[in-house]
Amino acid sequence: MVNQQTLNCEQVWREISNYVDGDVDAALRSSMDEHLRTCKRCASVLAGTRNVVALYGDERMLEVPAGFSRRLQKRLANTAAVKGTGWATWSAWLVPVAAMALIAGSLQLTTLLNHRPAMKSQHAVPAKDIPADMVVVVSSGAKLFHVPGCRFIHDKASERTMTAKEAMKEGYVPCPRCLRQYLKTGLTQRPGDQLDQDTDDDADVKADQGDVLGVAGQ
Amino acid sequence: MPETRVVLNTTVADPGQPGTREQDLIAGVQRGQHELFYELVRPYERRIYAAALAILRNEHDAEDAAQEAMLKAFANIRQFRAEARFSTWLIQITVNEALMRRRRERTVVMEGIDDRRDEESEYAPRDFADWREIPSEALERKEVRQRLAEALAMLDRKYREVFVLRDMEHLNIQETAEALGITVASVKTRLLRARLMLRDLLAAGWERGWFSRLPFEKGTKPW
Repeated sequence: MVNQQTLNCEQVWREISNYVDGDVDAALRSSMDEHLRTCKRCASVLAGTRNVVALYGDERMLEVPAGFSRRLQKRLANTAAVKGTGWATWSAWLVPVAAMALIAGSLQLTTLLNHRPAMKSQHAVPAKDIPADMVVVVSSGAKLFHVPGCRFIHDKASERTMTAKEAMKEGYVPCPRCLRQYLKTGLTQRPGDQLDQDTDDDADVKADQGDVLGVAGQ
Repeated sequence: MPETRVVLNTTVADPGQPGTREQDLIAGVQRGQHELFYELVRPYERRIYAAALAILRNEHDAEDAAQEAMLKAFANIRQFRAEARFSTWLIQITVNEALMRRRRERTVVMEGIDDRRDEESEYAPRDFADWREIPSEALERKEVRQRLAEALAMLDRKYREVFVLRDMEHLNIQETAEALGITVASVKTRLLRARLMLRDLLAAGWERGWFSRLPFEKGTKPW
């Protein structure tokens, strides 16, 4: 314990931080109070310290770079989606994220197409260069795989998240709406020509289950 | 060109009792409602970034570390126990991530020498002018916040880290010690020094007119 009679400025300064935090015992606080009442220098030190604590402790001092929140959301969504965790109810902000995934994917699907998996839809348009690790969504009884958030996903309650590679292996075909950019070019009809027909496939699939269609170059 | 910064003037929520919104969100994410995770951490994102920046001192690295820390928090959400404050748990994960990155920068040896030297000596205040309290409204001005941030950046790493975790992140002394892996005594010593140094730096800033448009009486200082 510091004796009140011997408390000097250096001792006050040494304890000023604990004093501000209320982390001094009653006897020391009393001694410091007494000193501070008569010592203008130490009163200045105390006031300045309190100013520092108050100013820096203010919420307004916590600033983040512009766009920080958006980038954090994006990274969280990307990672969770890749892990197939079912992140988000595919709310609006996930759509651009999925678009990023489309662009960012490195492994190309071209090689997969050589395996010629059975496709669920006879109306399918072959895909071209879909990144194999792209995160997509399928749902029970449907034929198409979609970018998360696509409004043409049927039976959202049963949707499953997987990679494009897995979806292709299971015979799903790309949604001509949300995956239009990957539909193979050079066909006799434009991808958009089949939109309604293929979209309807997802609603009516039983008859087509097990249909096999040659893939590329049909 | 420095990136434009924004101030989000929302209230930082602290954890509440079971049944509060935060507790519900935690329980939901732990049960698999992963879409709730961002909502859960959003109130703390500024504190998370500030903690990473205090350690890494580089905005890009700090942001990347903060993001990585949140991914780790998400991956380990089931390990969170309700007896801890969620904000503290997040900040500790962030500090760990930032410290790990800094260790990779191979600067630890030199800083270790500095640690020993500085903590052996005491810091004496240098400015004893008359003072007045700085009104919190001063923080509405961007240049004031910028000056305060500049003063903070002038502190040595070990003081800055403790000060940020204790006085800006509002961890208690024990939590600060645990987050940084130092003793409680070291936290107190460094905190004292950080506060006194900042006080002197800002008093010097007063001389240079940092707060010249603030409504103080002529001839008085805020310290």
